[in-house]
Amino acid sequence: MSEYLLEMRGIVKTFPGVKALNNVNIKVRRGEIHSLCGENGAGKSTLMKVLSGVYPFGSYEGDILFDGQTCQFRDIKESEQKGIVIIHQELALIPELSIAENIFLGNERARKGVIDWNETIVKTNELLKKVGLSENPNTRVTNIGVGKQQLVEIAKALSKKVKLLILDEPTAALNENDSENLLQLMLEFKRQGITCILISHKLNEVSKVSDSITILRDGQTIETLDMHRDEVTEDRIISGMVGRDMTHRFPERHPQIGDVALEVRDWTVYHEHHADRKVLDGININLRHGEIVGIAGLMGAGRTELAMSIFGKAYGRNISGTLIKDGKEIRNNTISQAIDNGFAYVTEDRKEYGLILMDDIKRNISLTGIGKITKRAVVNEHEEVLVAEDMRKRMNIKSPSILQQTGNLSGGNQQKVVLGKWIFSEPDILILDEPTRGIDVGAKYEIYTIIHQLAAQGKAILVISSELPEVIGLSDRIYVMNAGQITGEVNREQASQETLMKYMTKTGGVKDGSDKQTV
Amino acid sequence: MEAISKLFKSNVRQYGMIIALIAIMILFTVLTGGLLVKPINITNLILQNSYILVLAIGMVLVIITGHIDLSVGSIAAFVGAISAVMMVDWGLPAWIAVIASLVVGGLIGAWQGFWIAYVKIPAFIVTLAGMLLFRGLTMIVLEGQSISPFPGGFTQISAGFVPDLANTATNMIAILAGIAFTVLYVLNELRGRREQLKYNFEVTSSTLFVLKLVLVAVILNLFTFMLASYAGIPNILVLLLVLILAYSFVMNKTIMGRHIYALGGNEKAAGLSGVKTKKVTFWVFVNMGVLAAVSGLIFAARLNAATPRAGTNFELDAIAACFIGGASAAGGIGTVFGAIIGGLVMGVLNNGMSLIGLGIDWQQGIKGLVLLLAVAFDIYNKNKRSA
Repeated sequence: MSEYLLEMRGIVKTFPGVKALNNVNIKVRRGEIHSLCGENGAGKSTLMKVLSGVYPFGSYEGDILFDGQTCQFRDIKESEQKGIVIIHQELALIPELSIAENIFLGNERARKGVIDWNETIVKTNELLKKVGLSENPNTRVTNIGVGKQQLVEIAKALSKKVKLLILDEPTAALNENDSENLLQLMLEFKRQGITCILISHKLNEVSKVSDSITILRDGQTIETLDMHRDEVTEDRIISGMVGRDMTHRFPERHPQIGDVALEVRDWTVYHEHHADRKVLDGININLRHGEIVGIAGLMGAGRTELAMSIFGKAYGRNISGTLIKDGKEIRNNTISQAIDNGFAYVTEDRKEYGLILMDDIKRNISLTGIGKITKRAVVNEHEEVLVAEDMRKRMNIKSPSILQQTGNLSGGNQQKVVLGKWIFSEPDILILDEPTRGIDVGAKYEIYTIIHQLAAQGKAILVISSELPEVIGLSDRIYVMNAGQITGEVNREQASQETLMKYMTKTGGVKDGSDKQTV
Repeated sequence: MEAISKLFKSNVRQYGMIIALIAIMILFTVLTGGLLVKPINITNLILQNSYILVLAIGMVLVIITGHIDLSVGSIAAFVGAISAVMMVDWGLPAWIAVIASLVVGGLIGAWQGFWIAYVKIPAFIVTLAGMLLFRGLTMIVLEGQSISPFPGGFTQISAGFVPDLANTATNMIAILAGIAFTVLYVLNELRGRREQLKYNFEVTSSTLFVLKLVLVAVILNLFTFMLASYAGIPNILVLLLVLILAYSFVMNKTIMGRHIYALGGNEKAAGLSGVKTKKVTFWVFVNMGVLAAVSGLIFAARLNAATPRAGTNFELDAIAACFIGGASAAGGIGTVFGAIIGGLVMGVLNNGMSLIGLGIDWQQGIKGLVLLLAVAFDIYNKNKRSA
């Protein structure tokens, strides 16, 4: 038995016009956690698709050696039979089916086509125990949180006698607690001898659990780092990924903070479907011109609900409270009213809520502010091209042209299109919900720069982020939320991950903004 | 040559449909020994398909928003019926009856649009109910009988022709209209090209540009010459052209059009971008109701009678026209022009197969296969491009 479970040698994968993978080599030792790092578009997902047979043998060049055998997978089924299981970033569970049904979907415990439910439940309980999830196997997946769904996915992988588990951005949608659990689980699997490949943009997680790290850039293997031998820091990984030294993860900024732009008073919102459930309770916050204000909080704290309810009641019912913009009381009863009042909301889910994926960059950028290039109800299409072209340059959107479908762009570039759309609508108040979720370090830096520029223009910016270093690095002031209330307000100078975490887990709100906490 | 193939590849959808239409026309011209392109048959083709084409215009908007409307055939029948009651039984002037009928169409559309846009009942269910409901109402209004004949002025909508200048063998107004349209088209293209150059955009090479102009001019004038050598320009063709141009303009050039496409492409994202999604959906169905009324009036005028079974299966022909014309069932994709080409493909197939004496049984089957293959071809192309 060789030392390596998996070897991929000289993998080349070409798409029309692009070499997505150019001579990639990767060796994964038995029983290790091997991380794959690289910017978006570096070729990580493509490489995993080659490995799992999504791109069948023959559509790429190079060799795959798994468990000492050369493999020529024609589809995912074949790679799964060998014990290679991949868990994608977007979970592939069916919400209306139960946990047990999901775990054994396509792999049913059946005799002559008739499902043995008793065996299914028993097996499911065993698997759930392994992943540390105490839920009834008959619970529908839609009724459990994202963190638990992730565990169900892993349980499903375990049901297939997995030898190599591939996790693609497993913690992208998870809060810190769930992420930590997941990482512990990976370490547990390692002890049990399961080999893992971890793809993640969260470098603190990568350096915490990995035994080795392979870095891809522009479709090529840059290097493989051995965590136990080499001295590996996050900055070391980043410089490998971006090909340049990144001394500062956040661009420099000299905030010029002006008058209060927006005040939210006694903002109370009830759940959209459960009318008696308070989601937000008496929120008081304010934003100043030129200021970047962060909102920290765990999943379910009500951050997105706060943003969306302010943005034209896009979420919730029985909304009460006052909005005061530049000293005047305003009403945001519909989204278009909010837009007219100078609000912009960049959603946390750009594919579902941010972009028309089948439309090109141009049409996405012009959608909200189309009135600006319209004369007597007729859209000036030439002006539209100029606007989109200008925005593409300003935002540094990497694409062959503005006619590129946004569905074909990488996450970072998609995010830039969404930002561009809102910048074109010329808002005064921007609410950015997880503006860098699932995008790579280089693009993150560019997005931070754009946010800084917007603040420098005097716009008031509210940033919601689950990544504490990001909230701290970006914000002038941070509100912390828990269970629908503001539990603390922290200035830039006092902000540390520990402080924020303390408030994030604290119950009982700070009723008025004057009760500023200093720690 | 390379430029042509590049141009073709980037517009395979658009050109594919037109080429398919031309191929089918050539096929049946050969099979029928030239009968298909006889002036009288060309005129007939327009008259026969006008009501489906009007429906297809409204239907493509509905399909772009990601919905479907199964009720248009029944609405057309119902509107035809009440227009007959108004004109024949009550003796109201045709113009009042027409306006009232269009209002009724709009109200029916508003009724369905309300359930779909605001109550969020799937359009399939609402319009399936509408299909039964308005078929039933048609029979109630007509008491199971046909009503005829309409006043002469009304039937001119479908049977009349634009009056000629002088009484010559070839209709001069048709020839002149052909020339006028050619000039307008060329001027418009030249203007567009000049604008593009002004904004420093890439334009197609001038040889290709001229070639395209010449080709369109030839087809256009050949068509009007055909019409001229029979009876001239049918009134209904004028109405159709106005509708096609107006709706193409709205869909391509106005905010409303943009909002319809955005809504169909991703309703949630469109909503969060400030598109009033419910309102847009509602008005798309109101519009469909009005166009269904127009279609019902055209059909009643053509038949010179309102019958309980009028408009049966119109909805299926209109929907098929949209899909053959490149619309996507998932929404967000489709054009008015495409739906018209799709409608003509169906129309030429019907007409050609009838001319060669193929039975209705074979006609149905072949049309079904054409629909399936057209959409399969579309999806194949899409997959090839994205792979």
